[in-house]
Amino acid sequence: MKRILYAGVALLAAAVLPAQAADTVKVGMIISLSGQFADTGMQMLNGAKLYVKQHGDTVTGKKIEIIAKDVGGINPPVAKRLAQELVTRDNVDVLAGFDLTPNALAAADVSLEAKRFMVNMNAATAIVIEKSPYMVRTSMTVPQLNTTLGTWAEKNAGVKKAYTMVADFGPGLDAEGAFSRGFKASGGDVVGSVRMAVANPDFSSYVQRAKDLNPEGIFVMIPGGAMPGAFGKALAERGIDLKKTKVMGQMEITDEHALASMGDAALGIITVAHYDYTHESKMNDAFVKAYNAEYGRNPDFFSVGGYDGMHLIYAALEKANGKTDGDSLIAAAKGLKWESPRGPISIDPETRDIIQNVYIRRVEKVGGKLVNVEIATFDNVKNPK
Amino acid sequence: MALTQNLQSPQLYLQSLSRWRPAEIAFWLATLLPFVLAPNYLSLASQIAIAALFALSLDLILGYAGIVSLGHAAFFGIGAYSAGLISRFGWGEPLTGLLLSTLAAGLVGYATSFIIARFRHLALIMLTLGFGLLLAELANSAGWLTGGIDGLQGIHTWRLLGLFNFGLFGTTAYAYALAVLFFVFLGTRRLIHSPFGLALRGIRENWVRMSAIGAPNRAHIRTIYTIAAALAGIAGALLAQTTETVSLDSLGFERSAEVLVMLVLGGAGRLYGGLVGATIFMVARDQFSGIAPEYWYFWIGILLIFVVILLPNGVLGGLPNLIARWRRP
Amino acid sequence: MLSPVVGVLFDGFAYGMLLFLLSVGQSVTLGLMNFINLAHCAFAMLGGYVTVTLVNGHGWPFFAALPCAFIVSAVTSIGFERALYRRLYRASDLDQVLLTIGITFTAVAVAAYIFTTAQQPLQLPSYLRQSVEVLGLRLAIYRLILIAISLIITCVLVAALEHTRFGAQIRAAVDNERMARGLGIDVDRTFAITFALGSGLAGLGGGLAIEIVGLDPSFAFTYLVYVLIVVSVGGLGSIRGTFAAAAVLGISDIAGKYYVPQLGAFLIYLVMISLLMWRPTGLFGRR
Repeated sequence: MKRILYAGVALLAAAVLPAQAADTVKVGMIISLSGQFADTGMQMLNGAKLYVKQHGDTVTGKKIEIIAKDVGGINPPVAKRLAQELVTRDNVDVLAGFDLTPNALAAADVSLEAKRFMVNMNAATAIVIEKSPYMVRTSMTVPQLNTTLGTWAEKNAGVKKAYTMVADFGPGLDAEGAFSRGFKASGGDVVGSVRMAVANPDFSSYVQRAKDLNPEGIFVMIPGGAMPGAFGKALAERGIDLKKTKVMGQMEITDEHALASMGDAALGIITVAHYDYTHESKMNDAFVKAYNAEYGRNPDFFSVGGYDGMHLIYAALEKANGKTDGDSLIAAAKGLKWESPRGPISIDPETRDIIQNVYIRRVEKVGGKLVNVEIATFDNVKNPK
Repeated sequence: MALTQNLQSPQLYLQSLSRWRPAEIAFWLATLLPFVLAPNYLSLASQIAIAALFALSLDLILGYAGIVSLGHAAFFGIGAYSAGLISRFGWGEPLTGLLLSTLAAGLVGYATSFIIARFRHLALIMLTLGFGLLLAELANSAGWLTGGIDGLQGIHTWRLLGLFNFGLFGTTAYAYALAVLFFVFLGTRRLIHSPFGLALRGIRENWVRMSAIGAPNRAHIRTIYTIAAALAGIAGALLAQTTETVSLDSLGFERSAEVLVMLVLGGAGRLYGGLVGATIFMVARDQFSGIAPEYWYFWIGILLIFVVILLPNGVLGGLPNLIARWRRP
Repeated sequence: MLSPVVGVLFDGFAYGMLLFLLSVGQSVTLGLMNFINLAHCAFAMLGGYVTVTLVNGHGWPFFAALPCAFIVSAVTSIGFERALYRRLYRASDLDQVLLTIGITFTAVAVAAYIFTTAQQPLQLPSYLRQSVEVLGLRLAIYRLILIAISLIITCVLVAALEHTRFGAQIRAAVDNERMARGLGIDVDRTFAITFALGSGLAGLGGGLAIEIVGLDPSFAFTYLVYVLIVVSVGGLGSIRGTFAAAAVLGISDIAGKYYVPQLGAFLIYLVMISLLMWRPTGLFGRR
């Protein structure tokens, strides 16, 4: 018993004593490493760590140190507290990570108050960027992807009537709104919509309702993980012919694991994405190889958000000549342009948001494997107002 | 034991219980230590104080009245959202906001207590779970009011007593949360060491016998349930005010399960159990996630298993036994 | 031609059957010994991961992997029962809750460590992914098989309960534990065997669930809530009750989402609350 007590005190002391090393740039990453969003957090951290491994941990003579903190899922009070602790206890120079919007919104308050540079590596809701003038985003925004998809659906795919089915939560409603805006602006007609329960992944009833109305296109937005697989199967079971009805959505529904789970039932599903590991470019090939060598699996858009986020930190530090205060870093970050495994990207100097290519893909069988094949590319898409 | 000495008079028995023991005084003095020893940890400390208050409110119904609730976070969430909404609509004064949120949570508690008091055992547990889950769904659907999954935005808490700003270091937050915790604790202590408190324990031990001697079981259950709901609401409101964020997780099943674990860890029915359990759990979680961010819950699981095996009835329940065994030559 | 809504109800019934397999073990052990095992779904998760490892990693046929999932879960549960659970038969409900939650946390961490937190897709032979046309309705073969397996297991369980000596011992212990002990029935041993069987069935359910709801380390917690709902609505210690509750909940959930999608997730909770308020001990419960 006494031993446990001593160990406990030692642990506490070790945690309380401040870390040494003067010339270090500390990057605090607030991500989910446990709970249902653990996978996304891990991928993001892996992407960031891979960048540091490839490019060395020294920038402008200073050492880069990543401090990862687990927020455990959607937990804004904890995210805020972790951000506060990273700033007051660990003296981080950059707040990064944020796989989930509510956490990003909470931490943005800290970034604003402490004037700390904040790199949002995932949270995709449009308004997040406005919460702190020290924030940049290296992932994507929901409208950037879905409004583009809506426009493409009407103009290029001949879809005049669409049915929308989205999960009844923030990102789902956001995506539906963005898609409808783009779709209707091009002259399309949304014939019906349904909000699906977030928790229970049995889609039969919802798919049947969609089928009853016989639309030309169905727009879907569901969280990643187990659901896309179940959804694809529901489509097959209810007999939706993907050649006649275009099923469209955001990239989560055809990610690697969803495709493996759906099998051939996925052929023909159309998705919009800013990154896929099958994207053909020299840089991406090298990135995917290195990622596999290091972590034994393929990267996804969370990984590339982390990877590009680290690049942004390095580039901003160099441009700011090693100055680490919030004002210098954000001024340096605005307008940065570079080549990412996903394609060319840049940071909009006005909105601090990301500008990148948006790809429309369709699931096809290539060499016996199911992959998302790019069928259209929209260059340098900004976040639509 | 105090009981055998004071069998003649229930008043004397209650009085002997309500005397302040040195261990208690030491405990409360220790809560002031973080201001001096760990000024960088005050945000964590304030969240521990809030969790302790929440666990205390659960102890009232679980430890003293024997109602196992898997949905207690509903009241925590109601308190949090009320405080958040009041602030969002322009009134950010913390103390009055706290009072109003407590009222809101208490009212909902009162309303549901009528149903709760009529059921027992597994049906009761599942009903509390069901109500909690329903409320969480409702909050998700009413996104126009609650902000849905993104949470409530635009909360700004004004200065406490017009003087103290809630800053980055969490000093005001901890002082505020600790003070509220202490006052609520005093009230709860008084309540438990009263005839009403004794009646509750009687109801928990033997429902039938209590009715036989004429105790109004259902009315007592309703009363304590309402009080517990109000106290949970205070904790929720404190969290909303000190962190200026509220989101759906404050109502969710995870939070109900978490507070249950904290209380049982510390030892239910012992007044300090919730406080001790909350402290151990939150400190362990914080430290474990610092050391092993990817697998901290593995260590929490091991901790829980060890506590149950070595310290049945929670830390406060098993500690006297453990100490006695140590002392035996 | 049957209306397409029947196809939807069929899917709901299949989902209910899955819940049945996951819950029946919990119902019997709770009714038997009043032992609250919140780690029940961790055993289901174990069965799921065993299935994935055998089918994906070693190329075993799916139907050979399922009995393995059953056996591994059953045997593992015996280990836990001997080492940990046995000490807490007389302990308070809350201690049992704490222990089993601790075990679940640990299990989830181990699963995340070994298998990562990613979704585990299952490589099933293609005939299992197709559907057949029955009376103008498309019915998925996988769901048909799921229903068939569940019905067979239900019959076997009910028959065993009614017609074997061991079944009689279980029924006696559920009805009145003290009396059963008084008559010389070794209730602890009965419980141990029943517990192993229940956990084994959960493992089987876990293996079958992958294709329908997916598998990742958070499975152990997510399905716990549904299992508790089924068990409480059905009535402790009753196989018929669990079956009825699972079917009702599965179908009403699906039907609700088809006819009144605005109610969506609310429906399953409303159904549970109403049923419990009407029958607090469950549809077929006794105590």
